[in-house]
Amino acid sequence: MFSKEIPVERSSPSLGAGVEPGVSPGEGEALGRARLFIARNLSGYLFLLPAVFIFVLFVWYPLVLGFSLSFQSVDMINPSVWVGWTNYQKVFSDPLFAVAWRNTLTFTSYALLFGYLIPLGLALLINEMRHGKALFRLAFYLPVMLPPIVTAFLWLWLYNADFGLINALLQAVHLPAGLWLENHSTALPALVVVATWGAAGSTMLIYLAALQGVPASLYEAAELDGANLWQRIWHVTLPTIRPILLLMLVLQIIATMQVFTEPFTITGGGPNNATTTVLILIYRYTFQDAEFGEASALGVLLFLVLAVFALIYMRMTSRLMEAD
Amino acid sequence: MLTLRRRRRRQEESFERTLVSDLVRRQPSGRAIYWSVFALLLLSTLITFAPLYWMFSSALKSSIEIFQSPPTIWPLHPAWSNYSNAWTVLRYPLYFGNTLILATGAVILQLLVSATAAFALSKLRPAGKGIIQFVFFSTLMVPPVVYLIPQFVNISNLPLIHVSLINNWAGVWLPESASALNILILKSFFDTIPTELTDAARLDGASPWRLFYRIILPLSRPVLAVVTIFTVVASWKDFLWPLLVLFNPEVQPLSVAIYHEAGLNSNFPLPFNYLMAGLVLASVPPILLFLLFQRQIIRGISLTGLRG
Repeated sequence: MFSKEIPVERSSPSLGAGVEPGVSPGEGEALGRARLFIARNLSGYLFLLPAVFIFVLFVWYPLVLGFSLSFQSVDMINPSVWVGWTNYQKVFSDPLFAVAWRNTLTFTSYALLFGYLIPLGLALLINEMRHGKALFRLAFYLPVMLPPIVTAFLWLWLYNADFGLINALLQAVHLPAGLWLENHSTALPALVVVATWGAAGSTMLIYLAALQGVPASLYEAAELDGANLWQRIWHVTLPTIRPILLLMLVLQIIATMQVFTEPFTITGGGPNNATTTVLILIYRYTFQDAEFGEASALGVLLFLVLAVFALIYMRMTSRLMEAD
Repeated sequence: MLTLRRRRRRQEESFERTLVSDLVRRQPSGRAIYWSVFALLLLSTLITFAPLYWMFSSALKSSIEIFQSPPTIWPLHPAWSNYSNAWTVLRYPLYFGNTLILATGAVILQLLVSATAAFALSKLRPAGKGIIQFVFFSTLMVPPVVYLIPQFVNISNLPLIHVSLINNWAGVWLPESASALNILILKSFFDTIPTELTDAARLDGASPWRLFYRIILPLSRPVLAVVTIFTVVASWKDFLWPLLVLFNPEVQPLSVAIYHEAGLNSNFPLPFNYLMAGLVLASVPPILLFLLFQRQIIRGISLTGLRG
């Protein structure tokens, strides 16, 4: 492995200083080789030092800590005690466990339905435009730039039952107004709309970039073969951008299953826990109940579910990189 | 001058054939469909602009007018003083300053950590590079939520030195500086810088540091700009982690401060027109940033393809 990693051209004249006098040939060779190794690699290691330090302390250590905390009783005041699977048992027996998972999965499926198809449709249409492309890109990307707290509070105001824009518009066209955030059945979809509004633009730009890579000759060939518009989309466009489509699908699943800001700031998990997601539950365990062990256990469970998707994602990116 | 530049840009953006051929586009029916799709898209930009307009106009209403049904489209007596009031009530100078400090620190630390590592992996290639790469890049697939609680425990009592970074900006800067994505982006850019160039510099006796500082970094300005912009935006948008780590109001960034100051669950919520004015003030910097660096941002998204 090492011999493969060290490129030949790296040996600069000063590095091969070699054997010192007065040392037996065998020892000298070993010493020289060690020196050579250090001289070749030292600067590389020095440059890697900050990143390795940061990654060990703030990524790998907390990762291991998370697993070990999930088997301890931790309240940050008394010393931690090992408790085996107790945290997991507590988490499983919490009546909100099933509720939170159902809400999270519902949110994810809605978010995929909106957040996957809308950006794709927008990108396909905008890519056909010969005018105003920059305006459309700007218009649909702008919400992505807003801080999530701004988006959340803005929509809280738009959804307001009595004075909000949405109900005012509905009443203007004589449609019934709704209690969007107060109603058990509409609260979660309402949050999906907010999340989609705030994120669809970036997905759309990624698709637009991918669409630029579809070669014109493929469309021409398809047209010559008599393919109509839908067939061209189905047999030329989508297969060509398939790797990006799949990648975004997995990334969106991973991202939306960690939804927090919208339910936390807009509904606070309510009404009657209709928008309590897994992450909201983790937050409550930690900062309301001071149950770090239980929070970690639930975090580990969420991780295990997400790890499945993460593995798929990793396999896909490595395949993408090979393809490059 | 402006028209000249615009014309040149239009020429640059010569349109390649897409789904619909130019032949069909020129036919009357094709033209009709094209312009109706155009109109439809134009109409749907209201989905973005209407809420933004609503935020802006609500911020100008009096506390009576804002709770009026049906609402007025444009305030009868625009109260521009709402903005200056929100500025003082929400202590904007303080929170703006904090947000800027958090963003600046994030950029400096992330660039320093990621660029040095990417340089070593791309150009110095020390032995054991594969293992180190695994240490970095395998974390790409670990969802941030996994760290949430243990990272909080970690930050509140760092191992060995037993220092707490709660209510300390470093508690935000340090964890976010571990960005595998930045290393990946920078490394793939450094990989495109020809080895002949770096080898020639080394033969001339340039130290690795000189090579990094005088050759690699200046050549990488475009990608450094992209990473910088995305780091600033991410830092400006960050909410959950600063919310957990910074609960002393004096050190909070804007987004956390707005959440607390709004006091929606308290007995004394902020007047809604002030809140809206506050939201507008918080949106102006990122919107300006986008308008100024649109090209870099769009190029960055197509470059990495992964920034969410």
